[in-house]
Amino acid sequence: MNRRVLRKIKNGAFLSLSLVATLTGLACLAAILWTLISHGVSGMSGRLFTQMTPPPGSQGGLLNAIYGSGVMTLLGILIGSPIGVLAGTYLAEYGRNSRLSLTIRFINDVLLSAPSIIIGLFIYEIVVVRMGHFSAIAGALALAVLAIPVTLRTTEDMLNLVPIGMKDSSAALGAYPWRTILSVLYPAARSGIVTGLLLAIARISGETAPLLFTALNNQFWSTRLAAPMANLPVVIFQFALSPYNDWQDLAWAGALIITVTILVLSISARVLLALLQAQRGS
Amino acid sequence: MAIIDPRHAAKQLIYERIFRSATLIAAVLVLLILGGVAVSLLRGAWPALAHFGFSFVAREIWNPVTDQFGALAPIYGTVMTSAIAMAIAVPTGFGIALFLTELCPPLLKRPIGVAVELLAAVPSIIFGIWGLFVLAPVLQRHIQPWMIRVFGDLPAIGHLFKGPPYGIGILTAGVVLAIMVLPFIAATMRDVFDTVPPMLKESGYGLGATTWEVIWNVVVPHSRVGIVGGIMLGLGRALGETMAVTFVIGNAHRISSSLLAPGTTISSAIANEFTEAVGDMYTSALIALGLLLFLITFTVIAAAQAMLRRLERRSGAVV
Repeated sequence: MNRRVLRKIKNGAFLSLSLVATLTGLACLAAILWTLISHGVSGMSGRLFTQMTPPPGSQGGLLNAIYGSGVMTLLGILIGSPIGVLAGTYLAEYGRNSRLSLTIRFINDVLLSAPSIIIGLFIYEIVVVRMGHFSAIAGALALAVLAIPVTLRTTEDMLNLVPIGMKDSSAALGAYPWRTILSVLYPAARSGIVTGLLLAIARISGETAPLLFTALNNQFWSTRLAAPMANLPVVIFQFALSPYNDWQDLAWAGALIITVTILVLSISARVLLALLQAQRGS
Repeated sequence: MAIIDPRHAAKQLIYERIFRSATLIAAVLVLLILGGVAVSLLRGAWPALAHFGFSFVAREIWNPVTDQFGALAPIYGTVMTSAIAMAIAVPTGFGIALFLTELCPPLLKRPIGVAVELLAAVPSIIFGIWGLFVLAPVLQRHIQPWMIRVFGDLPAIGHLFKGPPYGIGILTAGVVLAIMVLPFIAATMRDVFDTVPPMLKESGYGLGATTWEVIWNVVVPHSRVGIVGGIMLGLGRALGETMAVTFVIGNAHRISSSLLAPGTTISSAIANEFTEAVGDMYTSALIALGLLLFLITFTVIAAAQAMLRRLERRSGAVV
């Protein structure tokens, strides 16, 4: 009898601990979001989107940084995602279980969680050193390298979900694989692949470490891809660690902008995926 | 019935070859990137490695003025912060995974799971400023003085909690890292727990076991490989994490006996000093740090992936 009570107590204790762990995790998320909102909203103003990053002690905005982040993220996706999608297509349709495919799949999963600062050093060595100076294009390349594994993984997974019958029907009509892939598989897996793109954008738009020694930063408005370009993450890094209140306020506002953007992207990716699954189910 | 035009068929074949090669090139590019990373880091690090030899990883000195560099302090910082992070995040992640798979009302399962995954999507720089402006002051004012009072005089571990409460330092960096890797560990463990066949669990319950006994004696042994894989995936993240740590580590190139003192890690040393490094040896020493980080994280992540793969194959075989 006593033993039974003990077992029940032990059971209750561990289950309560797991509840506490979950509440702790949720509390962390809530605390971070709350801090961002309470600090960031006070810094929100029209100036953010119309003025450049200011010198210490004067007021300004984040226009050049927002523009730079947008340009480099866009370029990164434009360069990285076609490579990721094509490579994912190879793994799902052509390579399948060949030794090469198994290796690539493994290496891709390693790249997926490799430290982004290493990618920054890599691009520094092969682009910045050659060009002799920091540039927006180097930043975009670093982001592209980070986008490839994400798009590759989702593309392969999504192509594998397409019912085999669709592929067979196309082949039975005499279509070569490339026709089948472009006209049947890609359209069927479209929302899945778009989900991958959204996740990749979410992943790279908040990256700071790989931009530190590729795009660097620029206090002024610049549209030249061969020159250093301002970007939100590096501006946040510099401004948050500065002793100036104006700069710190801007850093919080920038942090809020980035986080909201990324959360919206991640949530839309999830919604899209849920819709896709509902469609499959019916 | 139309007869197939041979010219059309030949054209189709050419397109097929082009498309196939394009996908193959893209796939091989992934391998080339990893190879390129290794080669370029090795080349950049070579001057420092050739000059300092093995003593590079064994010396604590880091003096840009006299061009003397050793990686011991950043290695120590990286290992300690990751160890603290894992000590906090593994039990907590286990608890969250357990809650989500065994206890959670079905209605809440998805929202809580999504919330945990969203925590993973928050960029690391956000954790950094949050750690610096919110967490560090709380630790400095409330937690660290308490730790010094309670643990500071204990034998054996007392020295870890000596000295003034700086707020920023190894301990704070470890706590921020723990929060960062928590969602990865929790999500992987949840997925692994979900692969346990319900039949096994039901058998446990049928024998009269409590929920905890089923988890500890059925679910955990069955998913052991996956649990370790998930932990190592989290460890890989923690070892290489840069921005969150850089804000709260204090950037001091020395090894203190106290966890409350400022230190440095491999990634934060690179992030802080790389653009300001003057002199070829200084830059090369920082790239050598990057090479070390690459080797460490590559080993850990590759081992984690190998474990998770083994599990995938096994559960695939069962179904």
